[in-house]
Amino acid sequence: MSDPATLAGTGRRARTRRWMASWRNRDTRAAYLFILPWLVGFALLTAGPMIASFVLSFTNYDGIGPTKNVGFDNYRQLFDDPSVATSMMNTLVFTALRVPLSMALALALAMLLLRVTRGSGFFRTVFYLPVMTPSVAVGILFLLLFNGNVGVINRALEFVGITGPSWTTDGSWVKPGLVLTTLWALGGTVVIYLAALKNVPQELYEASELDGAGRWTSFVNVTLPQISGALFFTLIVNTIASLQTFTEAYTAFYGTANTQTYSSDAALFYVVYLFQQAFQFMHMGYASALSWLLFLVILVITLVQARLSKRFVYYEGEAR
Amino acid sequence: MAAPPRRRFRRSASLAAASTGLLTLAACGGISFADDSDTFVTMGFGAGDALGTVRLERATEAVAPLDVQVNEGQFDEQQFLSAVAADDPPSVVRMDRALIGGYAARGALMPLTECVDQQGIDLDEYRPGAIDEATLDGTLYGLPDSYDNRVLLVNREVVAEATGSDTVDTSDWAGLMDFAESLQTRDGARLTRIGFDPKIPEFFPLWVEANGGQLISEDGRTARLDSPEVVEALEYAVSLIDAQGGWGRFKALRDSFDQFGANNQIARDQVGAYPMEDWYVNVLAGTSPDVDLGTQPFLDREGEPINYVSGLSWAIPKGSPHIDEACQFIATMTSAESWVEAARAKAEEVRATGAPYTGDYTGNREADRIIENEIWEPTGNDAFDEATRQLYAVQDDSFSVPANAAGTEFRKAWQSAVNRVLSGDQEPEEALRQAQDLAQTALDIANQGEE
Repeated sequence: MSDPATLAGTGRRARTRRWMASWRNRDTRAAYLFILPWLVGFALLTAGPMIASFVLSFTNYDGIGPTKNVGFDNYRQLFDDPSVATSMMNTLVFTALRVPLSMALALALAMLLLRVTRGSGFFRTVFYLPVMTPSVAVGILFLLLFNGNVGVINRALEFVGITGPSWTTDGSWVKPGLVLTTLWALGGTVVIYLAALKNVPQELYEASELDGAGRWTSFVNVTLPQISGALFFTLIVNTIASLQTFTEAYTAFYGTANTQTYSSDAALFYVVYLFQQAFQFMHMGYASALSWLLFLVILVITLVQARLSKRFVYYEGEAR
Repeated sequence: MAAPPRRRFRRSASLAAASTGLLTLAACGGISFADDSDTFVTMGFGAGDALGTVRLERATEAVAPLDVQVNEGQFDEQQFLSAVAADDPPSVVRMDRALIGGYAARGALMPLTECVDQQGIDLDEYRPGAIDEATLDGTLYGLPDSYDNRVLLVNREVVAEATGSDTVDTSDWAGLMDFAESLQTRDGARLTRIGFDPKIPEFFPLWVEANGGQLISEDGRTARLDSPEVVEALEYAVSLIDAQGGWGRFKALRDSFDQFGANNQIARDQVGAYPMEDWYVNVLAGTSPDVDLGTQPFLDREGEPINYVSGLSWAIPKGSPHIDEACQFIATMTSAESWVEAARAKAEEVRATGAPYTGDYTGNREADRIIENEIWEPTGNDAFDEATRQLYAVQDDSFSVPANAAGTEFRKAWQSAVNRVLSGDQEPEEALRQAQDLAQTALDIANQGEE
């Protein structure tokens, strides 16, 4: 009987031989040539900086002076720095609020759009248009709309007898306010859900109707499982985007010397703090360590989500 | 007719290779500040009115035949740091003096010692506060391009109506609290007029000085953020805001001010009195010359006038491609002759619009003296004439936060502490203790290389 290690080695060698042989094929060479621009871009603009930042995370690099190795000091400092915990908690709270809310709202809008037959293209465009709004403009808009004294939101609340909170200054309301502002641009998620909803086979609804299922039962037992792939995709993408949120909060609270003066810790998101450390305090080494911590947090959350997806996500053609 | 497959393949392959090369070049190329050595590049400066353009013309002549390229806009820390790190800095840079110590400690700025000798610059000509703020461990790194004084602006009509007097005594803290409470107005839960705005966090050093304290030692090495005077100053300034509805309502009203318009907070009686920088007198002169404005010095608790000053300074970045010319440029920009010529042109410009010329405050004592005595003249608008006199008078009572190696981090530490207290997250003592730890750690790290 052959040794499994030998078999594995033979298998690897066979795969390598097949891969080398594939280069004799002109189509293979052409394919690699066509993906070369992306590969070069990835190496130079993504993989390269990632490796560099990993190396820098063990140094005191400040972009100007001499650089020396500081071992794990930057990583140790992550645990002593109170702003790391504050900014991480702010980011997690923001993510926990924004992701489910944006997914639920986008799904509701997509289901409404599904029912529209006349002018559906127009409505799809209207819902997608806010995605084009620059995030910087959204940040400024936040300050104008949510001003506690003269903002439109509080004026509207006042109209129905509610005294609105100080959205931009009260630490408890800053994050909910920013979540509401970012919901403005959920057109991308709506479009994905709409495409997924259109692919749900009609016969499944007919069958559930014959079985006496109501609308809610059909939605829970037919619609949600059928679009679970799209839901999972947007869950991952929106979670990562929320954990990396920067522009709106930075514009509203840290973008100018004036806004920075008044910025409270409530809007100090992790990437904002990372940016401050790197480009304002010139602690590039420490900022690199911060970025690797964020990478690990995102990796763990994504892996947990992927693990859970095996239970909840249905892909067409897979055996259940 | 379609090309044969082999030729088509080669054409496609060449196209892909060319695209790759182009992308690579584009990625590596970056953006350069000066694309050739004949271009003299400035950062953090915008010419704006005659005060800027006239001086720029003179400075451009001084560095001829170099071609001066003004990269308009405020100083951008990220852009500056990237440029210095990439060994492609601008020829000269203008930045907030509070940042100079931090950059100097890291070696991003060049000492001006040689420049001062070379150009025969008389440092006594400049205001000491502006020089001190740009001097780290005895070495000068910047020459002043502005000098922002802080005086008390009083909405005389509103104040007189409520108190029977048109002056405000900031030395009597208990009286000031009563004053603030009596002048504020509300519409339901909404604050509609601020009685007295202490202007924190940005003017917090003013309150600390008024209370006999200091944020940092004179040598810029020891933070004093948790000293009893600083804690008491913060407690009092925050209590002033709490007495007027709390930070949320207070800031919301402040954010809604039409600061640069005719419907500004003084014109609309949205504020009773507050300390403010001198430039705002100039704004008011242009937008609402008829407001009943009162101006008086801010008094410390002993009743002595104090003037918290800050501003911008010119500096030469490490690796500047034109060191000698940069020295000539900043010497010309900040010389008394340039300021006087520019102020004369600006005064004409302002008078042509019918607005009162309220003087300019340059950081250069000789220039200020000539501008006050020869260019500025009473306009007949008592409020603004008095404002100008007050602003020239308070310049001798100035103080600034000493330069320190932690720069932005030090400022951020105390500002964040004030904000945490304002937003109710922490008590003053706790917030300032945390700020003290952060600031002292930042100072120790920044000063490490020098010991």
